[in-house]
Amino acid sequence: MEGLAWLAAAIAIAFLVLIVWSVARKGASELNLDLLTKGPAVTFLSTAKVGLANAFAGTIVIVGLAIAMALPVGILVAVYLNEFAPASIRNGVSLALDVLNGVPAIVIGIFVYGLFVLGHGQSGLAGSFALACLMLPLVARSTMEVLALVPNSLREAGLGLGIPQWRTTLSIVLPQTIGGIVTGTVLAVARVAGETAPLLFTSSIVGTQTSWNPRHALQSIPVAIFELSESPDPADHARAWAAALVLILFILFASLGGRWLATRSRTRMLSR
Amino acid sequence: MTSLDLTDAARRPFTGRRVRFGDVSLQVVAGTAAAAATVLVGLIVWKVVDGARPAISHEGVQFVWRIAWNPVLGREVFGAASFLFGTALTSLFALALAAPLAMGIALFLSELAPRGVRAPVTALVETLAAVPSVVIGLWGIFVLGPALQRYVEPALHSVLGFIPLFGPPGSAGPSIFTAIIVLTMMILPIVSSISRELFLGVPHELKEGALALGSTRWEMVRGVVFPYARGGIAAALILGLGRAVGEAIAVTQVIGGGVFIHWNLFDTGDTLASKIAESFQGAASDLEVSALFYLAVILLVFSLLANLTAQWIVWRVARAHGISRGGHA
Repeated sequence: MEGLAWLAAAIAIAFLVLIVWSVARKGASELNLDLLTKGPAVTFLSTAKVGLANAFAGTIVIVGLAIAMALPVGILVAVYLNEFAPASIRNGVSLALDVLNGVPAIVIGIFVYGLFVLGHGQSGLAGSFALACLMLPLVARSTMEVLALVPNSLREAGLGLGIPQWRTTLSIVLPQTIGGIVTGTVLAVARVAGETAPLLFTSSIVGTQTSWNPRHALQSIPVAIFELSESPDPADHARAWAAALVLILFILFASLGGRWLATRSRTRMLSR
Repeated sequence: MTSLDLTDAARRPFTGRRVRFGDVSLQVVAGTAAAAATVLVGLIVWKVVDGARPAISHEGVQFVWRIAWNPVLGREVFGAASFLFGTALTSLFALALAAPLAMGIALFLSELAPRGVRAPVTALVETLAAVPSVVIGLWGIFVLGPALQRYVEPALHSVLGFIPLFGPPGSAGPSIFTAIIVLTMMILPIVSSISRELFLGVPHELKEGALALGSTRWEMVRGVVFPYARGGIAAALILGLGRAVGEAIAVTQVIGGGVFIHWNLFDTGDTLASKIAESFQGAASDLEVSALFYLAVILLVFSLLANLTAQWIVWRVARAHGISRGGHA
């Protein structure tokens, strides 16, 4: 029986290795500077000089705005739940965050479609809001976890010196948690940067020109991979693999880096 | 807690002022954020149901068990039955494959693996969870699907062909079977990492007691670890099922589509989530868009039920074990 457990672990790792290896092998040949700096070909038949600059620009804008929306709200939610809220409210809002975390990404996409896109059209902002909905519970949960690690003696010391609670919270308690908040945000970005489903309905009907304006629909790397993978043209498949390689490198780097930061900040907090 | 009672606050020594403006405003701002997060859940439910309203009034409850998806103007008929069937088939098979694997991985990482191996293997398994679904789907289309179709499906068909599930392999690449394998990969890390934490939470006294009574390591796992973590494992499986049911992109890429009910795993199919994802640019009419919202309502109801059930199980288990797990489980 113990051998089977070894086998199960080997299967999981084999899955990961197979995927990363396939992406690296098929993506590397197509990976060049043009992919990052040039837009897709405008003409119908030409496959020369085709890049995905519009997708890279769009992902930067959409994910950046999603961080700007989810990060402050997530931190405030965590501060309220950990520092102020009575137990009953804390449990209730925690449950709501868990439920929000469990809502399928495609349903979030449909929700934002109904909220913003019907009537106003697609936009990068709508896509950012959809990603922010996915990030919010992750950021709030990870911030709550580090806030809970801040020793109460620090809060008491602040209050004992006559510092008001709001200043104690903002200038003594929160600065202790910055490492943890950064970690949580990096992991949340790693998670949502690869999300396709929320963007399909909110920011996918786009042209080929590179745009940085979030009030227009923006292309993104995951949506580009999705569309290229469904195309009948093998040249498109090659670009899909190359874009997948860039995406997977970014996400592996971010999530491994985030995990390393997490263990580091946790041991530092606990060793104090 | 900050007291808003002025007379009471005024009597307190050392406070200086009666009610601190900063305290109240931080509390109000942070409290508003918390309220907004809660309201967001309600808003999602309301907006999705609201979008489905035209389809609900046009199709009624029959939508749920009708097999149809005809967006032709004037003759529109929509039904969810084939997608419900496809969702159940793919996610239950994926769970059946992922559950034993996840238990094995969790046992390996919590009990069996040598110390130096645990941390890297745990990181690798969790990295599998970080691979975006669109990349898994891409791999599913061009690598996994063709491989399964060429080698695995004919072999399974020739040996187990008398079972309707293992019918003749389709001519094209996409199949329900590919979707099942892809979903298995996607829920494996979640179920195994939750189970691993559960196994690590089993008290040492119980494990050592079993070993001291002469049981082997496997008997200790079967007699102590599994029974202790049983409730939590159920919750982990439900969360894994919820993830499988809600996965749209990777499934859309590999499952092929089609509005019909059949048992052949090697043919194409569709799920609730994949139907929504593949129709994103092609909805012919407002009614079809609304029918997609209707599918989303079904998905949303399922995910809410799955989450609340899992939370309830965790809460009950925590109470039964007499341990408080802080504000959240």
